[in-house]
Amino acid sequence: MNVVALVLNAGLRDLSRNRWIVAYTLCFFGIAEGLFWFGGTGPQVLLSLLNLVLLVLPLVALVFGTIHVYASREFVELLLAQPVPRRQLFAGLYLGLALPLAGAFVVGAGIPFAVHARQGASLGGVAALLTAGVGLSLAFAAIATWIALQTDDRLKGVGIALATWLAATVVYDGLVLGAAAVFGDYPLERPLLGLMLANPVDVARVLVLTQLDVSALMGYTGALFQHTFGTVLGTGVAATALVAWCVVPLGLAERLFRRRDF
Amino acid sequence: MITLQTIRKRFGALDVLQDVSLALRSSAVTALVGPNGSGKTTLIKIVLGLTRADQGTLHVGGQPADEAGDYRRAIGYMPQAAHFPVNLRVGDVLDLVAQLRPGETVDDDLARAYDMAALKDKFVGTLSGGTKQKVNAVIAFMFRPSLLILDEPTAGLDPLSSNVLKEKVRAVRAEGRTVLVTSHIMTELESLADDVAFLCDGRLRYAGSIADLLRTTDERSLEEAVAALMRAERAEPRYAAPEVDGVREAPRWLVPGAEGAV
Repeated sequence: MNVVALVLNAGLRDLSRNRWIVAYTLCFFGIAEGLFWFGGTGPQVLLSLLNLVLLVLPLVALVFGTIHVYASREFVELLLAQPVPRRQLFAGLYLGLALPLAGAFVVGAGIPFAVHARQGASLGGVAALLTAGVGLSLAFAAIATWIALQTDDRLKGVGIALATWLAATVVYDGLVLGAAAVFGDYPLERPLLGLMLANPVDVARVLVLTQLDVSALMGYTGALFQHTFGTVLGTGVAATALVAWCVVPLGLAERLFRRRDF
Repeated sequence: MITLQTIRKRFGALDVLQDVSLALRSSAVTALVGPNGSGKTTLIKIVLGLTRADQGTLHVGGQPADEAGDYRRAIGYMPQAAHFPVNLRVGDVLDLVAQLRPGETVDDDLARAYDMAALKDKFVGTLSGGTKQKVNAVIAFMFRPSLLILDEPTAGLDPLSSNVLKEKVRAVRAEGRTVLVTSHIMTELESLADDVAFLCDGRLRYAGSIADLLRTTDERSLEEAVAALMRAERAEPRYAAPEVDGVREAPRWLVPGAEGAV
């Protein structure tokens, strides 16, 4: 096996036994199953879960990811002291963090939808929810890794992670809404579309909602997005933006990992 | 075996290492000593490739240290404290390190002495600090490295395990290999080391045999001799050199001794 596979394998073994990851999986499973249990139809459960996913996934990926990278620092130093290339080691470490996070969500949220497949949730909608969840996990795990590599102060790093979460999930939408209200007399369509793509949480929201007939829940930017691109192109643009949100922070973190002093 | 030439390292405004030149000979144990914050850890990390020097060169076995880190095949490293992922088994950790360096001859003397076979199914998180330190030691000696770097190697070890480790270090020296060891326990260093390198404020202030240091400082033990060097650095009256034209010169054994190689 190469270095990436070896380190990834160790990461998977470690985090698959991690009590927080297990609790995270059970939490999504319990909530999705509970929503079905209390009479929700497939689309209702999907929408309820979407709101949770957009809040909880970034939070867990950022905070757990940052703490995990800090906790692994000494082990990483031991691995770096072996004759292994930094680039491969980084890839193994990142995947060893991001894949268990994404997998926990897919297992926890996916099983209830599979069990209750006949309750009306569209396959496209479920696939979009799981894809958005995986994308958010990968993107925010990359951001968490970058934050933890950027600052050696653990408390400061976790603080930045929490601030990032707050900015992405709460503050950003408020600022966009405020800007739309203040500059309402100007043609804002294009700038607002750009602003929407600049936030992975918004991108994930639109990715799922374009698969569902619920324009009212999309918000201003989401409705504008669907109006501009339509469903098929819109899905493609949102998916591409989410991939970019995984690749760019990951590239920054990898560059930092290769160049920094440990 | 290993040569460092004019190594410089600066963190922000702080000069951590200033023109450190040092050669470590084969078949010898060299103790790296100095006050807290003197640059010992940074020097070790530069040798390991964890930290990049701003200036200077490192040669291992006559070959310049390469960016890819292949020279680290010659190095075994035992960090001060063992931090392995808590949800991995001891066997997982040992297998991971072994598989990262495929095809290398494995020395299992220490693994047998510390009875790793009995520990391999235990989770790292359940081990005591001393037992984790044994795993650390096994990893450091695993590949018969020609250079061993041991950072506070006996910290946390019980007397028997500590004795086993010291015997192993002596055996390694007898085989013609090179050992660099740091510790704050001077009696331990005195019993293990042949040579000593004294760092203070990022400068190498003495490099030579322990016997020479004792003779030069007119002290009876390494602890007293190193304390004398430290007092001299602080220019306490007993050790301060006389002022000449208003300039206080460094004590005579410091600068000249530091220019030479061990």
